[in-house]
Amino acid sequence: MTDLTQLGIKPLRDGVAAGTFTAREVATAFNTAVADAAALNAFITVTPDHALAAADKVDAARAAGEPLGLMAGVPIGMKDLFCTNGVQTTAASHILEGFVPQYESTVSAKLWAAGAGMLGKLNLDQFAMGSSNETSAFGNVISPWRAKGSNAALAPGGSSGGSSAAVAARIVPAATGTDTGGSIRQPAAFTGIAGIKPTYGRCSRWGIVAFASSLDQAGPMARSVEDCAIMLGAMAGFDPKDSTSLDAPVPDWAGALNADMRGKRVGIPREYRMDGTDADILASWDDGIAWLKDAGAQVVDISLPHTKYALPAYYIIAPAEASSNLARYDGVRYGLRDLPEGAGLQDMYAATRAAGFGDEVKRRILIGTYVLSSGFYDAYYTQAMKVRTLIQRDFLTAFESCDVILAPTTPTAAFALGDKLDDPLAMYLNDVFSVPASLAGLPAMSVPARLNNAGLPLGLQLIGKPMDEQSVLDAGLALEQRARFDAAGQKWW
Amino acid sequence: MSVTREQVAKIAALARIRMDEGDLDQMVPEFNAIIGFVEQLDEVDTASVEPMMAVIPQALRLRDDVINADPLTGGGRRDDVLANAPAAEHGFFAVPKVIE
Repeated sequence: MTDLTQLGIKPLRDGVAAGTFTAREVATAFNTAVADAAALNAFITVTPDHALAAADKVDAARAAGEPLGLMAGVPIGMKDLFCTNGVQTTAASHILEGFVPQYESTVSAKLWAAGAGMLGKLNLDQFAMGSSNETSAFGNVISPWRAKGSNAALAPGGSSGGSSAAVAARIVPAATGTDTGGSIRQPAAFTGIAGIKPTYGRCSRWGIVAFASSLDQAGPMARSVEDCAIMLGAMAGFDPKDSTSLDAPVPDWAGALNADMRGKRVGIPREYRMDGTDADILASWDDGIAWLKDAGAQVVDISLPHTKYALPAYYIIAPAEASSNLARYDGVRYGLRDLPEGAGLQDMYAATRAAGFGDEVKRRILIGTYVLSSGFYDAYYTQAMKVRTLIQRDFLTAFESCDVILAPTTPTAAFALGDKLDDPLAMYLNDVFSVPASLAGLPAMSVPARLNNAGLPLGLQLIGKPMDEQSVLDAGLALEQRARFDAAGQKWW
Repeated sequence: MSVTREQVAKIAALARIRMDEGDLDQMVPEFNAIIGFVEQLDEVDTASVEPMMAVIPQALRLRDDVINADPLTGGGRRDDVLANAPAAEHGFFAVPKVIE
């Protein structure tokens, strides 16, 4: 029999529907793969029983001749930022250790309704703040990839580092991610998988632990563009419980996939060709341009003049929103409480937050508190929000002359764990190509392109107009068909 | 503009995060490096630009004005709300005695 763990969403779903194998066989195979891969530290909590129960429901529905869902029989990994009813949800922070939600997030509920099951809750950067999964209170995730001739442990990217490592290691066929400034695309690029952040508002934020609410978006991470399209279709949709949810129909992205780029214009932003960008990254970008031309696209030069201000604007806006969102962790309603002997209420708050939050989270809360404080608000926060307007305007102007934008996902391939840990700013610079689309709320995806000289994967990024995930996915498919990227890390765990 | 140690200590107090001298030793230079980085926004001319209030413009919706319009977010779920409280007594969140 085929090794089921080598299959992605579509072949698993179709195989279960056709009776080639049962959903229980699929869940069992992946449960075993998860149990064997503890060395990756990709999971915070494993839930093999959840996966089996969902599988049995699908097998029973099939036996009864009932219609099967979009994700029927596909077990997935769930980033531990989504609240799951009765299953610990930590956001990879000590302050939420032991928190067991009494409700299900909208996105996870939609996935279960579509027939998916849960293999476990995936590790991440603490409160999704990080680009290497090194800020987790539950330890680093180790990438399944290693550079040629080296045994150094590499970063799987972040914040969705458990998701990227698990998909790349073939211990889950797909996983949920969330993207605030690049947290789906950057880890996807680092591990040679695909991932899409849809238009802001496509996926409900209800039940997702909040980081920066005007930026946070959920999306799928999977092995192929088509799998991403299928899973996004199951995750997206209007939700009255999220005040910024988009009240728009969910298109059949997977059904409409079309890699024919004739008549499409692909914009190449000149400001993304920065001084000192890695030569391998630039070469893969040139590959991408040639591939999309081969698919029939017309390539046009575009300008996004405020690109260099995206990262500084992001590091005002995201911490500002985080400082407000994370005010709720006070030791009263859920999570950790640290009550020193004889302490009053204010001391309890301060002690709880000191003990519960990691260093990066504290840094961002302090920055956010500062830029929102009286006397500094206009100079920092209002100015950043004005720059955000300019960044979005850049994109909307560029989209007058192109349909989709092609750029690198990251400025480098995966780096070694520990490399950037002592320098927060160097870590932030990793998101230089992903943050602009986040600030503008645009759909954006990373697709694996090629291996660099060290044998590590590089990703290409596609950015689309608001609500136009289809063009992003279509161009992604055109790249995927030509890149023929099928490399995986050598199994060392 | 450089932020002083006293300012960082005050911000930490406002954010209700206890920091000792060692924590401040580490935080002050990191804080100033980040503030120095974001201050490059000063060079952008934004005199005629409105700050972005919503990335995808839309009107704020109101829910139906009925009790428990959505059972998940409505009332009558006291036990669920208290289920994760570090201290819950008599159906309430419990906190240390507050005397002002």
